[in-house]
Amino acid sequence: MNRTIVRLTARGMLGGRRVWLLAALALLLVGIAVLARVLVPVSDADAAALLQGVSFATFLPLFGLIVGTGAIAPEIDDGSIVHLLSKPVSRHTIVQSKLAVAVGATVVFAVLPTMLAAVVLGAGPSTVLAFGAGALAAGAVYSVAFLLLSILTRHAVIIGLLYALMWESLVGSFVPGARNLSVQQWALSVTGSIAPPGLVTANVALGLACALIVGVLVAATWYAGSRLRVLTLAAEE
Amino acid sequence: MATLRLDACSRWFGNVVAVNDVTMTIGPGITGLLGPNGAGKSTLIHLLAGFLPPSTGTVTLDEAPIWKNPEVYRALGIVPEREATYDHLTGRQLTVASAELHRLPDPGAAARRALAAVEMTDAQDRKVGEYSKGMKQRIKMASALVHDPAVLLLDEPFNGMDPRQRLHLIQLLRAMGDEGRTVLFSSHILEEVEQLAHQIEVVVAGRYAASGDYREIRRLMTDRPHQYTIVSSDNRALASALVADGSTAGVSLDGDVLRVQAAEFLRFAALLPRVARDAGVRLLQVTPADESLESVFSYLVEN
Repeated sequence: MNRTIVRLTARGMLGGRRVWLLAALALLLVGIAVLARVLVPVSDADAAALLQGVSFATFLPLFGLIVGTGAIAPEIDDGSIVHLLSKPVSRHTIVQSKLAVAVGATVVFAVLPTMLAAVVLGAGPSTVLAFGAGALAAGAVYSVAFLLLSILTRHAVIIGLLYALMWESLVGSFVPGARNLSVQQWALSVTGSIAPPGLVTANVALGLACALIVGVLVAATWYAGSRLRVLTLAAEE
Repeated sequence: MATLRLDACSRWFGNVVAVNDVTMTIGPGITGLLGPNGAGKSTLIHLLAGFLPPSTGTVTLDEAPIWKNPEVYRALGIVPEREATYDHLTGRQLTVASAELHRLPDPGAAARRALAAVEMTDAQDRKVGEYSKGMKQRIKMASALVHDPAVLLLDEPFNGMDPRQRLHLIQLLRAMGDEGRTVLFSSHILEEVEQLAHQIEVVVAGRYAASGDYREIRRLMTDRPHQYTIVSSDNRALASALVADGSTAGVSLDGDVLRVQAAEFLRFAALLPRVARDAGVRLLQVTPADESLESVFSYLVEN
């Protein structure tokens, strides 16, 4: 990790309009919870279903996409990444620093709002903690996956959106085996292990889910660094 | 002493060969990389900057490979052609960030020195996005100079500069060359290169075409067969008078105009008015037929 890169990335990612978009999404998430609480009586099971459907299935992939690509894609697009690449800094350090900012932003704008939404919905402390832990796991995996995707291709946002919409929502619900490879299911497995028994069910066992989460985090971070090492900047000719 | 070296280096993109078997050694002092647009200058600079791997061959700085070796940037400063920088930072913040990334002991002082060297001290607290093109160029210079590199690479540094900024950059680069640094800059304008560089490397269509000091390059470019179309009061009389002299390689009458192939530029330039006067012929129009830079370059390639 490099403090200067963290600072530059945070300013680039949160300095412009993106921060308002993230804040608006976070507010929307909490707002939905407030509305649900005000309008209808919410049971623990309802609260869990709502958080699962809104936060885990929709907001977290979207947040991961915004912060994961936002941490590096604009710089690769406009060529300003040259400023970092022309310095004697390990490419792995660059990736780790940018990932730290992306995960930090996910915590502030997605994990904490998810926990806040759980509190608003009247969930008990263990449920709040459970959804916080699950959201953190999912947010981190999405961040690193989309950061890696931004280094691999200039079409990271499109591919990321397709993944979030198609894979996580559609394929996962129709093809049972695909759930093993669904970040959402891994996160739910973590949540289910902390929440009161029976509240949240996941299709992936906790041990496998944890192994997959940690494995993807480590492998994708390392691979992103090695791909950044060989990132070529096209000459303008 | 820092020496950049390309050894039998080629780079292609798909079917397009951008750099074709170039071997080049660039030592201390100022070297100009000259060539028409699309000649592969930017690709060469990218190769030397470590932003692109060669398809074949090697690119080294003092024997150390440049590709996949971030440590070379301790000795390398790069001023890219693209304008994109961190627009939301001020000039000073950008320069300090560069100094920090180089892990300099006192980033603030190094940034102050670099900003003063490019005369950006007064504008250092404005955002980079608000700078003019020339100022952006200078802030990129400050950022590239902050660690006092032995080698400086500049891609088309004079593009978009006004004459005053151009003069200032020339002075700055001269000073760096005099200090024994290796400075390489690319340009497609001969006058620009000749004004500044003690050594010129010419590339055309991805291939090494010529090298030497500006006198040699100037001579190569001017002492070559020139084509002229001439309109005079008596083309036929002028033709016969010109053929008699050795500096004329060929003459043809083509309707109302006379086409002359001159073997030696300088001698022919002196000869033509003299011959015309002696023959009592009035010259109405003398037009060099192939004075475009492209044709000059392609002549160099053919030889």
